[in-house]
Parts: sequence; C-alpha cells; structure tokens
Amino acid sequence: MHSTRSSATDMSAPLLSVRSLKTCFPTRAGLVTAVDGVDLDVYPGECLGIVGESGSGKSVTFASVIGLVRSPGYVAEGSIRFGGVDLRRLDSNGWRRLRGRDIAMTMQDALTALNPALTVAEQIEEVLLAHAEDLPKRGRQAAVRERAIEMLRLVGIPAPAKRIDDYPHQFSGGMRQRIMIAIALSCRPKLLIADEPTTALDVTIQAQVLDLISDLRRELGMSVVLITHDLGVVAEHTDRVAVMYAGQVVEAGPTRELIDRPKHPYTRGLIGLIPRLSDLDAPIRPIEGQVPELIGLGGICRFYDRCEFRASKCRTDISMIDVGPDHRARCIRVEEILQ
Amino acid sequence: MSVAQPHPLLEIRNLEKVYQLNSGLLQRIARQPPLSLRAVDKVTFSVKAGETLGLIGESGCGKSTLARTVLRLHEPTGGSITFDGTDITKLPQKDMTALRRRMQIIFQDPYASLNPRKSVEDIVGLPLALHGLAHRREIRDRVVAMLESVGLKTAHLGRFPHQFSGGQRQRIGIARALILNPSFVVCDEPVSALDVSVQAQIIALLESLKRELGLTYLFISHDIGVIGHVSDRIAVMYLGDIVEIGPARELLREPKHPYTKALLSAVPQIDAGAKRERVKLTGDLPSPLAPPPGCKFHTRCPFAVDRCRRQVPALRNVGSDRTAACHLVDAA
Amino acid sequence: MTAAVEASVVTPERIETPAWQSLRRFAADRFSMAAGIVVLIFVLMAILAPWFAPQDPYETDLLRRLQPPAWMEGGEWSYVLGCDALGRDILSRIIYGTRISITIGLAVVLIATVIGTVLGLAAGYLRGWVDIAISRVIDILLGFPYLIFAIALMAMMGPGLQNIILALVYKEWVVPARVVRGEVLAAREMEYVEAARAVGAPRLHIMFREILPNILSSVIVVSTIRMAHVIILEASLSFLGIGVQPPTASWGSMVADGRAFILDAWWVSTFPGIAILALVLSINVASQGLRDAFDPKFSD
Repeated sequence: MHSTRSSATDMSAPLLSVRSLKTCFPTRAGLVTAVDGVDLDVYPGECLGIVGESGSGKSVTFASVIGLVRSPGYVAEGSIRFGGVDLRRLDSNGWRRLRGRDIAMTMQDALTALNPALTVAEQIEEVLLAHAEDLPKRGRQAAVRERAIEMLRLVGIPAPAKRIDDYPHQFSGGMRQRIMIAIALSCRPKLLIADEPTTALDVTIQAQVLDLISDLRRELGMSVVLITHDLGVVAEHTDRVAVMYAGQVVEAGPTRELIDRPKHPYTRGLIGLIPRLSDLDAPIRPIEGQVPELIGLGGICRFYDRCEFRASKCRTDISMIDVGPDHRARCIRVEEILQ
Repeated sequence: MSVAQPHPLLEIRNLEKVYQLNSGLLQRIARQPPLSLRAVDKVTFSVKAGETLGLIGESGCGKSTLARTVLRLHEPTGGSITFDGTDITKLPQKDMTALRRRMQIIFQDPYASLNPRKSVEDIVGLPLALHGLAHRREIRDRVVAMLESVGLKTAHLGRFPHQFSGGQRQRIGIARALILNPSFVVCDEPVSALDVSVQAQIIALLESLKRELGLTYLFISHDIGVIGHVSDRIAVMYLGDIVEIGPARELLREPKHPYTKALLSAVPQIDAGAKRERVKLTGDLPSPLAPPPGCKFHTRCPFAVDRCRRQVPALRNVGSDRTAACHLVDAA
Repeated sequence: MTAAVEASVVTPERIETPAWQSLRRFAADRFSMAAGIVVLIFVLMAILAPWFAPQDPYETDLLRRLQPPAWMEGGEWSYVLGCDALGRDILSRIIYGTRISITIGLAVVLIATVIGTVLGLAAGYLRGWVDIAISRVIDILLGFPYLIFAIALMAMMGPGLQNIILALVYKEWVVPARVVRGEVLAAREMEYVEAARAVGAPRLHIMFREILPNILSSVIVVSTIRMAHVIILEASLSFLGIGVQPPTASWGSMVADGRAFILDAWWVSTFPGIAILALVLSINVASQGLRDAFDPKFSD
C-alpha cells in the first residue's frame, strides 16, 4: 500500500498516512484486536475506498484516525500522521481545532449521530461557529445561518430555509444522512471520512449523494475516504481501494486493477457473490463460514477457515506482498491460485 | 414466456391501504382537515403458483405496507385479495388464522423480529403450538428437523436470539415461517440487514428451500441486484403505485418506465462497461401525504410532458406479459 | 440439506437467559447488592420478629416510662434503644413495626402491580375505547393528591390493616398501569409482535406471552421503587392516627407517640424515624441497581 497511489497525485506527499495501526478493545471474553497492523495512505484530492464486512475493522480504523475510539477501546500501536501532524500526540485542544475543520467524518447511523434535542440549524451552526474564522465578526450569526441553509440545499434537502429549524426526528432516514453530510462538509474539510454514507439510502438518492461527494471533492480539492461494503460503489467512485478482513488490509491497489484482477481469495469471493445485473444467470457463490473472532489471532492466515485454497503453508502470519503494479495482497499462495 | 399458464396463487385487485391521520379528537375539535396517507394506492397484480415475484421500490414507496396488507396483518381499506381462489379481503380473523398456515412472512430485521425473551425452540415451535398441529414431544422433533433444513443445529434449541449472529437469526426467522408448510411466503427485505457474504448464504438458502418445498415468493427488496437474481417477474413500485411489471430478464434488460430506467441506471456496477447511461433524477421523493397530481412521478421525471401533470397514467400492456404506467411508453 | 451452514457461534454452551444475565449484573454491583442485603435483613426481621425482639413489644411498665437508651445515664442494655411513654421497649416495637411496613408495602405493590399491568397491557395493546376509558380514569386519579385521597378513603372505610391496603391500592395501580401502557405502545410496534400475529397468535397470547416478558423488568423496577413510597405513605397515615391502630406497633404511630416529648426524650421518635429512613433508602438504592441491571443498554 505504501507505494500505491493514483497517477493524478503521483507527485504529492500523502495527506494522511497510517502505519502499523493496532486498536484493541478489552472485553469479558478477552482482548479484541479490532485493527491489527493496518497501513494506509490517502493522497490529496483522491478518493480511497475501504471495503469490508462488519467486524472487518474498517470503521474502527478511521475512528482511531480521528481519535474517537469508543472506550474502553484504545490505539495500542502505530503512527497516524495528517499533513505532517502526529495525530496520536494531539491534545484535546488540537483535536478540537482539527476535527470538523480539517478532518470531518460522517457516521453510519445518522439517527444516533444527530442530537435529537437540537434543531438541524443549531447543529450545523455549532460546527460553523466553532471554525468560522473566515466569516466576518459582524453579522456572523446571519452569515452562518445562510451557509447552513446553503449546505442543506447542497445535499438536496427540499425547502431548506423552512426545514432547517426542524428536529432530526422530523426527517426521513435518507434526509438525516444528508444532514450529517451537510454538517461534515460545512467547514470544507481537507479530508472527509464517509463511513457508509449511503447504506441507509435508496439507490437513486445514493447516486445523488455519491455524485455530490465526488463533485465536492473535485471542487474543493478534498480527499475522501469512502468506507463501504458495496464494491459497486467502490468501483464507480474511488481511485484506490483497500479490502479489509478481520482487522487487516488483505488487498490494496488501484480500484479498477483490483476489481478486474483480484488476487486475494477473499476479494475474489466478495466479487463472486455480488449479483450482477449484467449477468443474471451467473450464480452467486456464498463464502461459507463466518469472520473469525478477533481474539488471540495470529500464527495462521485469518481467512484460513473459509479459504478454498488453504494449504499447510498458510498456517503462519502472512504479510502483504507485491502482486502487481501498485497492487499488494496478503496471500502467500497468489501465484499458485492464479494458475 | 409461461407455456401452461398456472392459475395465480395470489390475486390482488385495486388494493388500497389508506391511513387516516389527523383524525383524533383534538384535531377534529381544531377543525383540522383530515390527512390521508395513501400507502398503497389501487394496486393490481398477481403471483403465479411456484414463481417468485420481486417487488422493488425505494423506502417509503409502500412495498412493506403492501406486503403486510396482502397478508392482512394490516387491514386493507379497499380492493380485494384472492388467495388460491378464496376472497380473503373480508374473511373474519378466525378463518384468517387458519389461513395463516398457508401464507407466511420473513421479516427484514433479524434482531427485532425475534422475541429476545424466548428460546429458539419456543420461537420456531410457536406456530405449531398455536395451530395445535403437534404434541409437545412432536413439536421438538419438528423444530429440530426445521432447524436442520435451514442450517442450524439441535444444540441451538435452548439458546436465545442474542446468542446468534445476524445470519443465524435470519435462519431462525425462516424456520419459523416455514414450519407450518406454507405455500406462499412474503420475504420482506430478508437480506438487507445482513453482510454481503451472509446475504449470499441466505439467498442461496431461500432459493434451495423454494425448490425443495415448492414455495411461491413475494420477494421485496430495494436491492436490484438481489431482486434480479431471485425473481421470475419484477414489479416496480413508486409512491404507492406499481409503475411497471414484467419478466425479470426483459424488464432489467429493457426497462420501459422512466422510473425503472432511473432506478437501474443508479445501481453502482462493478463491471467497467456494464454501466448504463444514467437517467438522472432530480429532487426527492414527494411527501406521500400530498402526492403530485397526474403521474406521481412527473416531479422527478426527466421526460415529463404537460399531459403527465394532468392525467394519471393507467397500467397497460407494453409488450408480451409486460405492463407499465406511463403516457410516454408505446402500447404494445 | 443446505450447503450454507455457518460455523457455530462463539457463545458459551451454557444457556444464558436474559433474566439470569440481569441478576448476575445486579450481583456484580456491590453498592446495590449491599442495599439489597439490608432490605433482606428487614424482611427477615419482620418474619422472625419474636426471635429478634429482646422484649415483648406490648408489655407496658410505667417504671420504665421514657427510659433513655443504654449508653445514656439511666439506660439499660436489655432495653438498648430505651422505652416509650408507656415503658415499652422501643427496639422490640421497631422490630415488630417492620412487619406492618413490609406487609403493607408488599401487599399494596403486589396487588397494584397485577391490576396495573393487566389494565396497562389492555390499554396499550387493544387501544381504542379500552385505552380511552383506562387512560381517563388514570388521569382523574392522578388529579387527586395521594395522601389526601388515602385519608378520605380511610375516613370512609375506617381504620384497619385491610383498609389501609385498599386505600393505597385504589390509587397505586395507576403507576404500573402508566408504565406498562407506555412500554406496550413501544413493544407492540416491534417486528416480533407482528411475527406472532403472522403465525396466527391470538391477542391474549401476544399480550401476555410475547409482550409481557419483555416489559416485566421495567415493571419490577418500578414496583420496587414504589414500595418505598408506599411504606412512607403507610407511615404517614399511621402518624396521623388513621392507619394501624394502637397498640399495634407501627413506625408511623411510634414517631407520632414521641412528638410530645421530642425535647426531653428524643429517642422515642428518632429511632423509628431512622428505621423508616434506612428501609426506604435501601429499597431505593437496590431498585436503582435493579434498573441498571435490567437496562438493555448493558445487555451483551
């Protein structure tokens, strides 16, 4: 993953750089290692897709990046650098300045992420006021409200001037998701982390919201991390992609290359189980079994139990290996599988 | 398409489900005009024995209400439901209870649809106990057999829902629905709460059960990929109306209604080149409390003409076994 | 039959019912557990009063009139907490008084909870005129101040243990009824209720077998809290002289007995007062612990 980057951003240094990230949660059953040795880079202006099922660690990875790992979880190891700043050393003041203004994140569950006791106006204005150095002091309140309405219009809320004073429960699930995106984008962040931004949305609305994010990315030169379980979304909206499984990145590379020439058996499985409109007769082949519990793993490939290509030599810790141009996979049998 | 036309197992005519809002005492005193929500608006379709009819539509289009109204879990406010030749629209609840053995439903949310305080044995055995179909010992045997056929184990009998993963809970829900040997099953978004790899497992299970038990499905989903995969025919719903019905293959290859076109073109595709030209919709779903006059889709339709704003289009034939409700589609 | 069998989940083979988990969580909370033990000691005291009490609580002895507690001058260790105006042992009377408080508290709360649960279930699940009727009665009853309502009823019915229970139940059922109705309104929208209807379950089955088990924990928690209230109400009635009649020992009337000598013989009122405080406080703390233990937020 280190060397992987889209050609458009070839010359620049990464905006966000994560190395050997390890995040743990102590539980009654033992220490759960939700993220285990993740390396990622996000370059200015690009869209990085993170694909994985629940429990793959994709959300926890970015909760770690933005310093919002839920207690009692903690970041155990690794470095997280954002534009030259070491995020793991940031104090609460530093975070306050950074979050919302430089890095924004939209949550999967818009219903719980929005405060039910505050109007939408109050919630957007709160973020804007916290970071609105560029707005004139005089009439700031009015300017902030105007921008808040503008943001709602941008994300496609009908009659935004009227509805801005409504409470979150008065909006539909899709509308709430858009409101959250509006809040996230209101300060024009350098990096938007969108955690399943469209999972709760209908396809026609999903298309609108993803287009919106892509347009804003181009317009504002913002980088986007798109966390999703939908490979279709990844295929259409990202430059590069990292596939996560059981707390690790198992394959990473330029999106088109990875989807057309998947190397890791899990990625191949994921692609194989998507029902395709273009080929209705293609059977969907389930990946049997379940994701392993993230306790005391190690010494064996994490996909071992579900892998149709498993062999005795897979009973060891596997590291990422180069499998193509800018393309890496965590599988030692790649060569044999492809034959 | 179908050679020997099997008689429809389920026939729905002009089915209506209207919710009266604002009709409380206070609102009446305040003289507020009553609001009616037409969740299902004069819907007509049929499901043939042995087929899977896929129903797609976006949230709020009324597809789940339609499913529940068909099963009379919600009472219809108009139209008729004929199941296997019997008009069940006005059937008294007592007779309806007997009929529930033959029409079942699998719910979307495998967390909410299982009573958290009951063991798997109680949940799956309940239908048998209620219908007095088996004695206590026999119930356990049949529950075990049912669990095995959905891929669960005898050891799971005494466990509670919170001890299972999402996919396993959905299997429990499927076992509960199928233990009465129904002929008709409504699958209400049965996989949309699950992870993709588990989704594929559940779809495979539903398909194999259908083959083995000769089931007929009304399969509801917002995921067009899933619908396309499981369905023989597809119905597309928008704001309480069915706007297009046709055989799955043809409908997906060549959608007639502009809404179907927009819907299909919005699905993200992983294959480069599989992408259709996007039919972009503007705006949002209108409030079902005040649906637009004329064609309900005209506010978002990129092709709308004057006539669409005035006249409600009727479902009419637009090809062999295909119907669509659009003024702009040529009749066959 | 199907190839797609998921590997068995990583849950222990031991069967863990949701109720058992809640109890385990309660036991893990030391503070509430301690309060629960105090409540238990009171209950034991009530049941085994004759064994606990050092003296006969009804034996008067004018020579011991207003005898101070043991550690004060003139006190005696066989009458640890001193004696009242008739020379009766205060400690023994407090121990016997526990019987009244706990009997009335338990009886009122039990009867009220059963009535309230059934009516709340009916109102919340059946809706329609049943709901309107029950809700109106609740609204009306809520309009009366509790104590005054009970005093009026007692005045009509006359004193006595049974009548106190009746007078308190008359209004007490409103509390569980409202709680249950609210919970049912939420629970009836759950998909498992719809699922039960879909397999043909009759209304009574849904109300009592599907919904009730899921709201039982909130009912238990509310009832425990209410028990503390009821004990205070009984003490108040007895204090006012319209509750349990003398010579039966009741904490409320004991406090009342000491009013006249509060400056000279503070112990006559103070110790029964402390008993009320201790029992009510322990019940409240224990019920908090119960609420936390039952709260689904903590379920795993």
